[in-house]
Amino acid sequence: MQFQFDSLASFFAMNGHGPYVWASYGMVVLVLVVLAVTPVLRQRKLRREFQQQLRQEEARRRAAAARSASQRTAEAVE
Amino acid sequence: MSWQWFHRLGSPRWFYQKSSAWLPWLGGAALLLLSVGIVWGLGFAPEDFKQGNSYRIIYIHVPAAFLALAGYYIMAISGAIGLIWKMKLSFVVMRAAAPIGAALTFIALFTGAVWGKPTWGTYWVWDARITSMLILFFLYLGVMALSGAFSREQSGDKASALLALVGTVNIPIIYKSVDWWFTLHQPATLKLTEASTIDPSMFYPLITMIAGFYLFYAWVLTLHTRTMILQREGRTQWVRELLGAPAPTKA
Repeated sequence: MQFQFDSLASFFAMNGHGPYVWASYGMVVLVLVVLAVTPVLRQRKLRREFQQQLRQEEARRRAAAARSASQRTAEAVE
Repeated sequence: MSWQWFHRLGSPRWFYQKSSAWLPWLGGAALLLLSVGIVWGLGFAPEDFKQGNSYRIIYIHVPAAFLALAGYYIMAISGAIGLIWKMKLSFVVMRAAAPIGAALTFIALFTGAVWGKPTWGTYWVWDARITSMLILFFLYLGVMALSGAFSREQSGDKASALLALVGTVNIPIIYKSVDWWFTLHQPATLKLTEASTIDPSMFYPLITMIAGFYLFYAWVLTLHTRTMILQREGRTQWVRELLGAPAPTKA
C-alpha cells in the first residue's frame, strides 16, 4: 500500500476532481462535528439553567423565612 | 424467567448511569476508525479506472447511506417498543435518533449530488433511489416536527412513533429501487448474498469507514439520548442531584 499521489498539490487537485472530493469530505466532517458537539452544549446549558433555578428557589426560601421572622418579632412587640 | 432486566432496560436512570462507561470507548473507537478510513480512502486506496478520483466520495457516501437506513430501523423499532410496552426510554431513543438520521440522510444526499456532477454530469435527477432517499429525509424531519408539536409529551411520543412505523414502507423501496427501476443510480456495490463488485484494495477502507460510522452512530445516539433524559426527567430527584442540587436533608 502506498500513497497514490506524487505531491501534496496533486493530492489536493485530485486530477481535477478536487473540489468535489474535498467539498464532500468537508461537509461530512462538519456534520459529524455538529452531531457530536450539540448534546454536549445542550447539557451544559441545562446545567446552567438548573443552577439559576436553584439560586432563585434558595432566594425565595430565604425571603420567606425573613418575612415570617420579622412577623414573629412584630407580634412579640405588640 | 425474570423480566427484571427488561424493565431495568426501560429505565432512563439505569441507562444514564450505565452508558457513561460506554461513551469514551465508543467515541474513541469511532474517531480512530474514521480517521484511519478517511486517510486510507483519500490517499492510499487506488484510483478508480473509470471514475478517477471522484469515486473517493464512496468512502463517506455509502457508510452515511447505510446508517441513514439502519438509523431508521432503530428509530421505528424504538417507537414500536414504546407503543407496545410503554417504555419511557425507548421513546427517548426514538426522539434522539430522528435528528441524527436526518443528518446522515443529508450527508448521503449531499455527497451523492456532488459525486453525480463529475460522474453523471448533473447534481440531481429524479432517479428512484435518490427520490426515495429524499422521502426518507422528509420522514425524519416529519418525526422531529411531530414529536415536538404537542404540549403533552406523551402525545408527541405516540404520534411520532406511529409516523415512524408507517414510514418503514419506504425502506424496502430504497433497497430495491436500484433493481426495480434501473435508471441512473448504480446497483449496490456490497452484497451479502453474492460476491461484491469491488476490489479488496478499495473494499477494506470502505468496510473500515462503515464500521467507523456504525460506532460513531452508537456514540452520538447515546450522547443525544442522555441529554434528552436530563431534559425530560428534570423534575426527578436523581437528575436534580446530578445537576448540582443538594441532597435532601431529613428534617
